[in-house]
Amino acid sequence: MTGGLLRLLTLRRGGRGWHWTDVASYAYLAVGVLLMFGPVLWLVLSSFKTPSALLEFPPSLLPMAQAEVRVEGYPQPLPLFTVTMEDGSVRELAQVRRIGIAAQMVDPKEPAKTIRVPVDRRTPVRHLAFAVGNYTDPLTQFDFLRYLRNSLVVTVVATLITLLINSMAAYALSVYEFRGKSVAMLGVIGTLMIPITIILAPVYLVVTKLGFVDSLWAVILPGAATPTGVFLLRQYMLTIPRDLIEAARMDKASEWRIYARIVMPLSLPALAVLAIFSVMWRWNDFLWPLAVLTKTEVHTLPIALNAFQGELQTQWHYLLAMTVVTLLPVALVFAFLQRFITSGIANTGMK
Amino acid sequence: MAGLELRGVRKDFGSVAVLKGIDLSIADGEFIVFVGPSGCGKSTLLRVIAGLETATAGDIHIDGAEVTRTAASDRGLAMVFQSYALYPHMSVHQNMSFALENMGVPKAEIARRVERAARMLRLTDYLHRKPGALSGGQRQRVAIGRAIVRDPKIFLFDEPLSNLDAELRVATRKELAALHAEIGGTMIYVTHDQVEAMTLADRIVVLNAGRIEQIGTPLDLYNRPANLFVAGFIGSPRMNLLPADAARMPRDNFLGDAVTVGIRPEHVQPCAEADADLTVQVDLVEQLGGETFLYTTALGCPGDLKVTIRIDGQSALARGDRLPVRLRREHLHLFDSAGLACRPDPIPARSHA
Repeated sequence: MTGGLLRLLTLRRGGRGWHWTDVASYAYLAVGVLLMFGPVLWLVLSSFKTPSALLEFPPSLLPMAQAEVRVEGYPQPLPLFTVTMEDGSVRELAQVRRIGIAAQMVDPKEPAKTIRVPVDRRTPVRHLAFAVGNYTDPLTQFDFLRYLRNSLVVTVVATLITLLINSMAAYALSVYEFRGKSVAMLGVIGTLMIPITIILAPVYLVVTKLGFVDSLWAVILPGAATPTGVFLLRQYMLTIPRDLIEAARMDKASEWRIYARIVMPLSLPALAVLAIFSVMWRWNDFLWPLAVLTKTEVHTLPIALNAFQGELQTQWHYLLAMTVVTLLPVALVFAFLQRFITSGIANTGMK
Repeated sequence: MAGLELRGVRKDFGSVAVLKGIDLSIADGEFIVFVGPSGCGKSTLLRVIAGLETATAGDIHIDGAEVTRTAASDRGLAMVFQSYALYPHMSVHQNMSFALENMGVPKAEIARRVERAARMLRLTDYLHRKPGALSGGQRQRVAIGRAIVRDPKIFLFDEPLSNLDAELRVATRKELAALHAEIGGTMIYVTHDQVEAMTLADRIVVLNAGRIEQIGTPLDLYNRPANLFVAGFIGSPRMNLLPADAARMPRDNFLGDAVTVGIRPEHVQPCAEADADLTVQVDLVEQLGGETFLYTTALGCPGDLKVTIRIDGQSALARGDRLPVRLRREHLHLFDSAGLACRPDPIPARSHA
């Protein structure tokens, strides 16, 4: 496994020697990896930082915290520093207090004696420390599980509805011949050009009249039929050989059965792509839920996260940690469904 | 099992008329082959019978019942597609049982029928494979199996052998003939391969440009083509079609109104100079071992008159050689100016056929 990975990562043109194109390719790929995963990595590492570590300058990549020791005679743990003494020797001392440019310090081994040290002579002793509290606190104080459940319900239900109705529309638009078919298709594609901000108010009115405000249906239903989804599925279904559908008709299958047993299984790659899109849209959707979900108990995660961002103060440590948690489901869905994207199973079995 | 009756069937695609009035009657248990050049409408005719296309005019009766407007799924026919159209996501077993499930046949009965068809087609070992894991010949047999399990009123085959290699095609052709002998269903088979047509058919329907040119038994079509098209289409190499005055034959009653004389390559015989109807110059010799084809040009005739000659056995003739030939009188086919065969046939030996 490791050997195979190493071999993959050192593959070269023609198999031997490092041609300059190999170096260029790897450099290019490395920049790409850095550009794409750098911010994500920084986010994850920062989510483990304490609020003070987040604000320090210069920023560090890894979550570091200053070491602290308990010294006899002092009720609070004291921060630890490395100090260069006047005679040139280096010692580790705990700081009792700082007064102007001088610090009063104590050696943990000799708690009775205090030493005065200029502040520029000391550097903090730091070590790797993960502030797990960033993750655990919101789970207890902030009602994270409720928002997670709301987001999950919206994402799963909306994706299922989207797949169902979009595939039915795509089936009709790809398999049947009827008057007005191209007009219908053009209409569907035309709606791609209308941004959500333009229809926000009218859709809000419709949702209000239907009495959906402050229920999850207000988020689920309006976006269930997507022109992107219909178009994507239709284009894929057009590639399914016509003979298969006719063979099923000869086999006395009803249209519903052809849809369910022949066309849907063969459209799996396209359905997987649409499922990934739908999950991403729904999970990250912000503007529309913000407009229709006013009560806290129906908030989805992105809106709930917004609560950490106050007018005067932003709780970055919680915000970052919860953002990481929010990213996980989409990453998982992608990991599971991505193999469908590349597998075209519709073309085997013919000829 | 059922008979089929077509009356005045027409099919237009927009302004293009593909079928221009087809009348056809097929008896129960017959093996009928539709043959014709590309674009003659033979596949369209099959699809109209299947119900995958609706006829623009005319009507279709299966077993005496009118089905012109009936949906394909309700006609009770089974079809084998040129592409086989096996469901790629289902196993061989599921492919064969799909139709039976749709018909609501009990599970035990489905298992029994699939088992029987699989045994008949030697597919028992492959029942759990997906079509992608089968060879071309096996896929072909699955497609046939899918039709057999249905026990349909009529089997429809749309060029089922055209994707197989030559050897497999011959083998599968024999199997199809054996299958028809065994289950005895009414079968309609579309092909452009006249060997398949000649070997499989009880009766052949020759189609050209949306019309039926002739219907008859294979030998009937070979021996008594009704018109120039059928004469030229059936038989390989093609029948020689010569202007009546090109052959140095006495212009007597024998030729009558005929303007074209047809003669098959095997009926053109090398002969002595004195008996010759024509003298030809050899352009190309094809030695097949058991027989030899000579492609020649007739000398002393206006235009470039090509004559094909078939000789039994092997020949020493070479390109450029001259050869006097005689056309065997009892095998001449005479056609009038409209391209129709001159009937009554002036050759008494064939008249009773």
